[in-house]
Amino acid sequence: MPGNQGQNVDLAIVVAIQVIYSIALLVLISAGLAIVFGMMRVINLAHGEFMMVGGYATIVAVNAGVNIYIAMLIVAPLAVGILGLLIERLVIRFLYGRLVDTMLATWGLSLLLIGLVTLIFGNTTTGISPPIEGFPIGAYQVNGYNLFVIVITIVMVLAIWAVLSGTRWGLIARGTMQRSDMASALGYSPDRVYMITFFAGSALTGLAGGVLAPLVGLVPTSGTQFIAKAFITVISGGASVIAGLLSSATLFGLVSQLFTFSINPMVGEIALLVAAVILLRLLPQGITGRFFRGSM
Amino acid sequence: MTISRRTFLSTGSALTLGALAAPSIIGKALAAEKIKLGSLLDTSGLFDAYGKPMDMALRLAVDQINAGGGLAGREVDIVAYDTQSDMALYTQYAQQLVRKDKVDVVHGGILSASREAIRPTLHKSKTLYFYNVLYEGGVCDRNIVVDGVTPAQQVEVLMPAAVKKWGKKIYILAADYNYGQITARWMKKYAEEAGGEIVSTDFFPLDVSDFGSTIAKIQSAAPDMIVSALVGGAHLSFYRQWAAAGMKSKIPMASTTLGVGNEHKVLTPEEGDGILVAYNYSPELQTPANEAFLKAWADKYGDTSLIHEIAVSHYQGIQLWAQAVRNAGSIDYMKMIEAIEGGLAIDGPAGKVSIDPKTHHAVLDVHLMEFSGQKLKVIESFSQRQPVDTQAVCDLAANPDDNQQYEIKI
Amino acid sequence: MAGSQVRQTAIVLVIAVIAMLVAPSLIDTYTLTVLIIYGMLALSLGLIWGFGGILCFGQAAFFGLGAYAYAIAAINIGESTVPFLVGIAVPFAFAFVLGAMMFYGRLSDVYLGVITLVVTLILFKFINSTAGPEYVIGKARLGGFNGIPGFQTLNVPGDPSWYIYDRSFYYFCAIALLVVYALVRWLLASPFGRIAVAIRENEQRVELMGYDVRFRKTVLFAIGGAIAGLAGTLFASWAEIVTPGMFSLSQSAEIIVWCIVGGLGTLTGPIIGAMILAYLKFLLGQQTLFDSTLLLGLILVLSVLFLPRGVVPTLALLYSRIGQGRRRPSTRATARRRMRASADV
Repeated sequence: MPGNQGQNVDLAIVVAIQVIYSIALLVLISAGLAIVFGMMRVINLAHGEFMMVGGYATIVAVNAGVNIYIAMLIVAPLAVGILGLLIERLVIRFLYGRLVDTMLATWGLSLLLIGLVTLIFGNTTTGISPPIEGFPIGAYQVNGYNLFVIVITIVMVLAIWAVLSGTRWGLIARGTMQRSDMASALGYSPDRVYMITFFAGSALTGLAGGVLAPLVGLVPTSGTQFIAKAFITVISGGASVIAGLLSSATLFGLVSQLFTFSINPMVGEIALLVAAVILLRLLPQGITGRFFRGSM
Repeated sequence: MTISRRTFLSTGSALTLGALAAPSIIGKALAAEKIKLGSLLDTSGLFDAYGKPMDMALRLAVDQINAGGGLAGREVDIVAYDTQSDMALYTQYAQQLVRKDKVDVVHGGILSASREAIRPTLHKSKTLYFYNVLYEGGVCDRNIVVDGVTPAQQVEVLMPAAVKKWGKKIYILAADYNYGQITARWMKKYAEEAGGEIVSTDFFPLDVSDFGSTIAKIQSAAPDMIVSALVGGAHLSFYRQWAAAGMKSKIPMASTTLGVGNEHKVLTPEEGDGILVAYNYSPELQTPANEAFLKAWADKYGDTSLIHEIAVSHYQGIQLWAQAVRNAGSIDYMKMIEAIEGGLAIDGPAGKVSIDPKTHHAVLDVHLMEFSGQKLKVIESFSQRQPVDTQAVCDLAANPDDNQQYEIKI
Repeated sequence: MAGSQVRQTAIVLVIAVIAMLVAPSLIDTYTLTVLIIYGMLALSLGLIWGFGGILCFGQAAFFGLGAYAYAIAAINIGESTVPFLVGIAVPFAFAFVLGAMMFYGRLSDVYLGVITLVVTLILFKFINSTAGPEYVIGKARLGGFNGIPGFQTLNVPGDPSWYIYDRSFYYFCAIALLVVYALVRWLLASPFGRIAVAIRENEQRVELMGYDVRFRKTVLFAIGGAIAGLAGTLFASWAEIVTPGMFSLSQSAEIIVWCIVGGLGTLTGPIIGAMILAYLKFLLGQQTLFDSTLLLGLILVLSVLFLPRGVVPTLALLYSRIGQGRRRPSTRATARRRMRASADV
């Protein structure tokens, strides 16, 4: 066995960081979808394209001279949030309670967005560089930006939790999702709650797109690679937005990274999918359908 | 003179009929004059980053041909369909081109799967087919002309140069599909011939965009260099993440694919500089043919930044076909085949391209290049490389009826 | 089968036969053939989703399996009769096993959707990575991303050199679709089909009445798989190449979209939806003015907003309204007729 004890410890730390990072990544790309689906029962097939738009917003802002952190953390969520708001007002609001129709409409929207972005920005790959340097752990170099992604994800989850549990608006939102008739009888318009929720979900998706922009080569069709993973993570999590998201992302991130490390990336990808099948077979209502019931 | 009502009517109707028919007869005469060039490219959908510049190159080439008086005294007309990155549409439009439009030649197809989807249709109907994209090699069919670079042509230049420059231990990263798998095998062969050694080979599905664990794995293996055949937007993330981890200054890199989609303009100089590649074309080539090409492109489209290897390859394919028509003096099928096999050559933007009569593949110049300030700086040029991979399996002079894609044993 | 239903089915079949004979003079048979194949694919989902209430995100998996099973068998056998049957049997068996796993595990709703989606993705990723020489079944290489070209296409049983192609292949596919349609109609009118629809409406109630819901759903799902497999087999023979794209998520989504646009809960709806949209895509590729993706997206969004019930039910509704104007204005009867029109076409 080549390498000494110290090097193996270094490798273990690097692997651990990588595993945490891929869990964070799954949480990040799924959060917006979890809010929109978990609270409103709308399957947004344009979720990946929302991320893609967030990425483009970031790149445009950076190229226009905006500070990269402002571009990622403020411009991208705002841009996608407003886009989401527009779409909600123009299309989605007519389709609440019609799962199938929202799927068709958002599928159409995803094609529309790909076409529009191609029209505006062309189809060549674009991107920006990560703003954070790599750093060494023992004999290994680690991507510093990955740690930034982890931190952002943690802050984001805490913020969602704080809003849902600690604020008046969070209470109204949860109430409306559970019994919209009661909420409206109490004087809260479900229409407005849905609108704001969709805005929030879109903004989170935009945030994910913005934060990922420096890590990927962006093309108008980039969004398609995220939708399936996000969808699987959200559904496997089950009804509770935060607990479900965290538990399923942890499981899938762990499984896929361990197989990627020990065999190869292809097996890693398949392992994630097989884990999802087994999980749903054993827990047909998702993880939080059985465990952590009633949590958020 | 009395004209009976009957004769009056009949002459009248004959006249009207004549008047109606005349434009269509003229139209037909003109149409018969024109040579029809069918084009099948993905100008929307997943692969449009390759298809759109190819479409522009096609239109530029045909404009130039027509401005120069056409071919064999006839103008060239384009019949183009957007295949929308959908394999089923390739088959449909190929049928349409052959049966309804009755085109004289088809240029197009991007992915190997799309080429194999339309090749049988074109072969059966004896419609000449030019496939102008770099690919894994091995197609053996007298009806097709391939003018893209094949792996052996690139790799036999790239690997010895890389081994000489950086050392013996090589880590290969490749896209997990046919092109990547075959290219990886050629890399191994030429690396070993040059005295190198492959420490590991990793394949990645095309949609993988997180390379963190791979970067750690590479560091454990501590190779002298990385050679990559990664493909597409998702895989571009690797170069970003590699540079972001601070690895770029530690382990150098060569690639057979980076730059084909103009990636050198996407990566910053800090991320890209120093990466070694080998292609047929670089916009930096200082030849009269290339300067004329760049100027013509700029005049037609303004922006030359979209030009990439495959677009030029497509442009040269059309030039080759036009030259074949000139040599044959007509578009008669057998005369065209004879022209193709009779020392067909052009002087394109990327240098001289000639067709090897035994394989219908291109003999062309390969340039060893380095990324430098978002440009492809030519280090060394290797003139007239033979398609040795396809030559190993295909001999159309001996088996003119051969019609398949060989898997080349290495 | 009730008398009115027999009559209705007969009318649909007669119109379809006329359309089948007239269409080749309007559209190239080669294109028509693939429209029919897509129609059959849409019908397979229309059956299990519209009548069984099973939302399957992975109908493309059975389509691809059918095509690959046919191609692999055809390379190994050389004559197309057995491969043709294999192309139907493999997806049937696969759908049966998958269905049993899901329905006996009490999966339903979107959870079921996700399982089918994931299974499709697994197949897609696996097939994509089979470029290496180690992936062989008999004489057939799986071919990875490039797919499998060069297999025996459909021939007259017993004579491998007598190909069914071009116009005769078109009629073969068209008649296959008519036969499948008639069989599905018959199935839905049988007690099995009626209970299937009852399960869609209220699963618990049917179960309490003593029917084995899980087994029935599994069988229905498998039948849907077999029809999709048949479509895949025909597609393989039409395209002369099979590629992993057939398993892709976008292919699956496209089938769902065909069903919704055409009209869910009907059988002709999905067929017509598939034909309209696939032909539209074919037309869009012939113009260079607009981006095809953009236009297709726009059309989908608008159709959801303005044709929420789908093309066929909307037409049926219009038709019954016209009929109502001409005949008696009994609102109750027309309402009932309207319901039937939208449910039975």
